[in-house]
Amino acid sequence: MRLTFHIWRQPNRTSSGKMVRYESSNFNPDMSMLEALDVLNEELILRNEDPITFEHDCREGICGSCGFMINGLAHGPLPKTTVCQLTLRHFRDGEELFLEPWRAKAFPVLRDLMVDRSAFDRIISSGGYISVPAGSACDGNDILVPKPYSDRAMDAAACIGCGACVAACPNASASLFTGAKVSHLGLLPQGQPERNQRALRMVAQMNAEGFGQCTNIGECEAVCPKGIRLEVISRMNGDFIKASWSNRGQQSVSDGV
Amino acid sequence: MSATAAGFPGSACTWRFWQTTIGKKAVMAVSGTILAAFILGHLAGNLQIFLGPDAFNGYAATLRHLPELLWPVRIVLLVSVIAHIWSSIQLAVTKSEARPTGYVKKRPAGSDYASRTMYWSGPIIAAFVIYHLMQFTFGVGGTPYHPLDAYGNVIQGFRVPAVALFYILSMALLCTHLRHGLWSMFQTLGFYHPRHTPKIKRLASVLALLIFFGFISIPIAVVLRVIPQVL
Ligand code: HEM
Ligand code: FES
Repeated sequence: MRLTFHIWRQPNRTSSGKMVRYESSNFNPDMSMLEALDVLNEELILRNEDPITFEHDCREGICGSCGFMINGLAHGPLPKTTVCQLTLRHFRDGEELFLEPWRAKAFPVLRDLMVDRSAFDRIISSGGYISVPAGSACDGNDILVPKPYSDRAMDAAACIGCGACVAACPNASASLFTGAKVSHLGLLPQGQPERNQRALRMVAQMNAEGFGQCTNIGECEAVCPKGIRLEVISRMNGDFIKASWSNRGQQSVSDGV
Repeated sequence: MSATAAGFPGSACTWRFWQTTIGKKAVMAVSGTILAAFILGHLAGNLQIFLGPDAFNGYAATLRHLPELLWPVRIVLLVSVIAHIWSSIQLAVTKSEARPTGYVKKRPAGSDYASRTMYWSGPIIAAFVIYHLMQFTFGVGGTPYHPLDAYGNVIQGFRVPAVALFYILSMALLCTHLRHGLWSMFQTLGFYHPRHTPKIKRLASVLALLIFFGFISIPIAVVLRVIPQVL
């Protein structure tokens, strides 16, 4: 199978980059997109050129490391599929593919197709947790959670933090990501005591990182490999608005309950 | 870690709320709702033009003789317009700063035309509103104007094809703006429900179309000489 790639090449964070054209016939339709880049990289190495840098880890669609734009779509044309799970059979023989890194001020390009997503980590550490006494584990079913709530919490928790939502959003907003984290904990009993603080802090951090606002357009939902729904954004908005007025700060234990 | 570290002092604070993207979006949603409510009322008033000059001018005179109603409404509208535009300008800046380098290729996957053009339709509607006020409120729109003859002003105004056309195009943009805005505001303010949200979206489309056809019926009627009726 033959493919023509136009790939963003950028040696490091500070230098400028450009699209470079590559062509090869050594692909086969059963390869994943990342395996295609592996093949291309081996050719580049044999030619003494710099291989293309892209991020990857699990290659089974669960870790959220991989991701780039393929012909203007985050993670390519297949819904609910990361690029590591996207096989070449979804493309035509001889097709031309444009691969670009996620574009956002908060996601600076480190090299080629790899961006720095530590802004997401900082949003998580600002409030995407629950405080528990570490030590002996409590019984599994100590706190009962009604099934509909656990289902919705699990749906939100499916977010792998790949950053496709930011990449696809015309405003480079991280609302789907942050909303997923806020919703996932906010739907569970364990998440209640810190619910107000969580919404306030995570939204403040999301803004401080330089992500844009949400205009409820739905591009993020369409490209999310885990099918996270816009609903999580409205939950975050609601939690944030409520917390802004009802928050009593650190002194109150019964904060927001 | 104290709450201040993330930018929030302990207590609720209007200024901090306004400083966030969600705060500004909430302001847009509330001000947009007020403007949309006005638009519906304005439409109901305007359609009385089909009842003839006496009814329409009578309606206009009634409003003018009710300053205790007219002025509070005008002030609320002015505040809403300023809040809506001011937040949209700041958010437009946020949005453009959030992606300094664009894509070589970008394809929409889940959004519709109306939602993608909010930051275009809005300012054009604002330009329209300014001309609209110049023409029918202040009488400096370049078409004949008599302070006590609202009916005549409308008829003479829309007899100019360019004016009628601009009006119709602006209403089309208002229609797309509201088609997205009228459901988006629920989402912005934190209301989503898998059963109700699709209905709200449909209602937003219906209202937007109602507003579009309602308003454009007037210039079209004038251009086609349906009004004034020659008895
Ligand atoms: C009659 C006039 C107007 C009405 C009824 C109206 C109504 C609305 C409504 C209901 C929203 C939804 C808010 C949300 O997404 O939660 C909205 C959004 C918006 N409006 Fe307006 N609007 C009007 C005029 C304008 C003007 C004059 C501008 C621009 C200068 C403007 C710019 C915007 C923008 C940019 C948004 C999108 C906000 C966002 O999603 O971040 N609008 N409008
Ligand atoms: S490499 Fe882990 S999700 Fe693609």
